[in-house]
Amino acid sequence: MNFSLSEEQQMLKDSAARFIQQEYSFERRQEDVSNPEGFDPGLWKQLADLGWLAIPFMEENGGFGGDATDLMLLMEQLGAGLVPTPYLATILLFGKLVESGTDGDLRASLLNRLIAGEMQGAVAFMERQSRYALADTTVQAKRSSTGFELNGEKTLVLNGPVADKFIISARTGGGAQDKTGITLFLVDAGTEGLELNELRLMDGQLVANLTLSHVLVPAQHRVGQENRGFELLERVINESLPAVCAEALGLMHHLTETTIEYTRARKQFGVPIGSFQVLQHRMVDMFTACEETRSLLYRTVCSSDNLASPEHRKNLHALKVLTGLRGKRVGNEAIQLHGGMGLTDELDVGHYVKRLMVLNSLFGDADYHQQKLAEISLGM
Amino acid sequence: MDNTLSDEDLKFREEVRSFFARSEPDKAQQLMANPATYKEGAIQWQKQLFKQNWAAPFWPLEHGGAGWTITQAYLYESERVKADAPDVLPFGLKMVGPVIYTYGSEAQKARFLPGILNGDDWWCQGYSEPGAGSDLASLKTRAVREGDDYIVNGSKIWTTYAQHADWIFCLVRTDASGKPQNGISFLLIDMKSPGITVSPIHSINGLHSLNEVHFDNVRVPRENLIGEEGQGWTYAKSLLAHERTAIAKVADSKKRLDKLRALAASELQGGRPMIEDEAFRLRFTTIEIELMALEYMELRVLSALADNRSPGAESSLLKIKGTEIQQALHELAIELAGVYGGVTAGAGDTGHDFGNQARQDFMYGRAATIYGGSNEIQKNIIAKRVLGF
Repeated sequence: MNFSLSEEQQMLKDSAARFIQQEYSFERRQEDVSNPEGFDPGLWKQLADLGWLAIPFMEENGGFGGDATDLMLLMEQLGAGLVPTPYLATILLFGKLVESGTDGDLRASLLNRLIAGEMQGAVAFMERQSRYALADTTVQAKRSSTGFELNGEKTLVLNGPVADKFIISARTGGGAQDKTGITLFLVDAGTEGLELNELRLMDGQLVANLTLSHVLVPAQHRVGQENRGFELLERVINESLPAVCAEALGLMHHLTETTIEYTRARKQFGVPIGSFQVLQHRMVDMFTACEETRSLLYRTVCSSDNLASPEHRKNLHALKVLTGLRGKRVGNEAIQLHGGMGLTDELDVGHYVKRLMVLNSLFGDADYHQQKLAEISLGM
Repeated sequence: MDNTLSDEDLKFREEVRSFFARSEPDKAQQLMANPATYKEGAIQWQKQLFKQNWAAPFWPLEHGGAGWTITQAYLYESERVKADAPDVLPFGLKMVGPVIYTYGSEAQKARFLPGILNGDDWWCQGYSEPGAGSDLASLKTRAVREGDDYIVNGSKIWTTYAQHADWIFCLVRTDASGKPQNGISFLLIDMKSPGITVSPIHSINGLHSLNEVHFDNVRVPRENLIGEEGQGWTYAKSLLAHERTAIAKVADSKKRLDKLRALAASELQGGRPMIEDEAFRLRFTTIEIELMALEYMELRVLSALADNRSPGAESSLLKIKGTEIQQALHELAIELAGVYGGVTAGAGDTGHDFGNQARQDFMYGRAATIYGGSNEIQKNIIAKRVLGF
């Protein structure tokens, strides 16, 4: 049992932290996120040059062969700097699905371009009626002469407006809620019949609603096995959860620190408001919330080498619950302790809080995962 | 970062399991459950641990410790609660022992450490006073030098098991001028000394473990002073950090959680087990998640300790979360018992009898967020030392 970092991991952590501190101001973030892409394409290239886009891919695929610890270290720093990047959508979701669901030349060319920062991807798994139930999939994929024909609608596809390629979940068998019968398909952005409707979430990131009418997909662009798309999708999403929570922890940590700084500077009644015990204790609670979340994150990262174990599944659910709950607590307290300033668009606090709220709702919120945990811990 | 167990760890776990299998911890537990035989059971159990060299595994090797790694300490605790074996009493082994081997003279180490390890000497803690609780540094029990002795006058309060104790370690005032913290000394006092009286304090669980200890011109040889006069506060503070680490009681809370799960599966309401009740499931898993986090929080602190970084304010965090979780478990247990939570007779964990135990645990459990420095004081410590206020 050990919580120490290897030399390479310490280097990754330090260089990511340096990068955020030296190159990434909140003003720059606000500029980046208002780009037509929702991020800075130059920065994405920079991340590729630093080798960070290669982290989660296997060495034989041109990757870095990194593990959950590496991703945690990177994502926590990206969170601390509130850096808008399509890392989750393009690398952790699209890229990882490509890596395990395709092979041969297709896989090699896609991964090469992803790792070089030359391609954007998006995964369309959510539908209007599905909420967090991943299996609730109604987009239909009918057999056609050359492959499949897709019809239906997908919603809030992360990075959708910028993606060069999509991976779309569709039903090839079973009923609307069945886990079996879902198949994943690789679809180019310009494909006929694929219509995009662009919108922004409150954290500034771009998402798209997709309408698919008679979208033709060649048979060789199936990702993973036919009718077994659910397992693959669920596994890739689960693998991304610790990274998502690490980003949230970075956000929470920043909010706690900036609140402490603010209450030290802000004077009322002739003294810094941070000298009041009632406020100090609330900031101790914010600090405690970060430490609890970090502890559960370490626990989950430690069990990541056995993804299928019940222990790891339980850790994942617990982590998503606690990150959601503590994230909300830290966010709300940060705004409250900043007083009226906490409500201004000018200050970074509200923007960190909005990103936290989006992350809480992504892949199932705290309530959803608590029920899943209860099923494991207490039975159905 | 990983949580894998080495072959050595697995071998160690086997050794621990076989120790618990042959040492009949349930007999000690039974004795300890009855106030009349509590002391006998506790001492018997410690002697068995001592024979195994496991009475104080966290002590340095040269003083009789076992030199365990954090993984070994973690495995031991997990197996201990699985076997339902008692924990050791903290006063000698976890509290005064480390102060003596860190700050005591060679003569004091030779005189006191063996009795602490083998259980011959029962220790209690003399810190709080009727006028000095959270503001411990304002303590007034005076020790005045007279020849080769100190003459001690004053009162200590909330002294757990003082009625059983052979020795008490006390913070006493040797200097009333200057900063309150600077005039405090650390003194070891024989409970058989003339002038000491112990009066019981009955607590809201209906039992007697707390006491008030009065000192009326008690003569204590100067050789029982630890380290230097006026340094007692420093010694005690380093000890409190250790005490707070032990206070988290992760393994015990895990055991309680398992018991609650089992009870909820058999407690019925309208023909359905409480384990299916939505409100119960929400409360149960909320505690479970916090406990899962606490377990790794403690491991992180222990691993910092193993790297020779002393537990500072992080141990305050463990104290706060550990005791909050203990109380949440007590509360869920007494409420799971329903009206039977008010029952004041019967023992054991089966049938409606578990209500009686749940009530005692709940009532006495209120102490957890008060002792060892109240949780509010812990927040002050974190605010000052970690957040920099």
